Amino acid sequence: MLYALSTCGWCAKTKQLLRDLGVEFDYVYVDLLAGKEQDDTMNIVEKWNPSGSFPVLVINNQKSIVGFREPEIREALRA
Amino acid sequence: MPEFTHVSEPDIEQVFLQLKSEAEEGGYHLNPDEEFTKNLVRGLLKNEQRYSYRSCPCRLAQGKKDEDLDIICPCDYRDPDLTDFGACYCALYVNDAIAAGEKQAAPVPERRPPRAMRNRQKATRTAAFSPIAPLPFPVWRCKVCGYLCAREQPPDICPICKAKKDRFERFM
Repeated sequence: MLYALSTCGWCAKTKQLLRDLGVEFDYVYVDLLAGKEQDDTMNIVEKWNPSGSFPVLVINNQKSIVGFREPEIREALRA
Repeated sequence: MPEFTHVSEPDIEQVFLQLKSEAEEGGYHLNPDEEFTKNLVRGLLKNEQRYSYRSCPCRLAQGKKDEDLDIICPCDYRDPDLTDFGACYCALYVNDAIAAGEKQAAPVPERRPPRAMRNRQKATRTAAFSPIAPLPFPVWRCKVCGYLCAREQPPDICPICKAKKDRFERFM
């Protein structure tokens, strides 16, 4: 699951990397959500990443990678 | 927030050129990766349509100006991030080495305090000022670039970094 912003450059790069790697993933643009839905989603984002920054990639509901950390993302998805 | 914004390519081009010339004038540089940079400009203009101010494209805005003031581009964190990491949080602004293509921009850790801490800081912030000696004028500090001026009111636009009046704080 990728938590991202529709306007953010690093989020776009992360999404493209996941596409290039051919992995299956869902994503949500948190800035396009409104009201309670956005608040609820932010609570989940902050659970994985207390700073509340984007992008946050959550892999199999087990591990999170904050930011466009290409080597880490490649490594984590290799398994 | 529903998606009702439309940003045209000519608008992006115009704002890109304007930001670039303002940056160079002030000793700053935009990211030399034009495609990446123009995408961020698109985000800035999209945010301007959504919120009426150019909130950081890489951070979630609250949509209330006084809560987002610190992340209106250029944000309060740009200059320290340029010093420590060579790029601002979005990598819209970069240092000389990255601008010259000698180094690559890398992700910058978030320096802005998290939501809960920002709310706490807001609750405890005090406006009390007790200068050591009375000054003939108050001193105002631009929170974006650190420019200081002694006058009754801060300027409408920072002469150094072009931040607006509401980005100034009382310094002395």
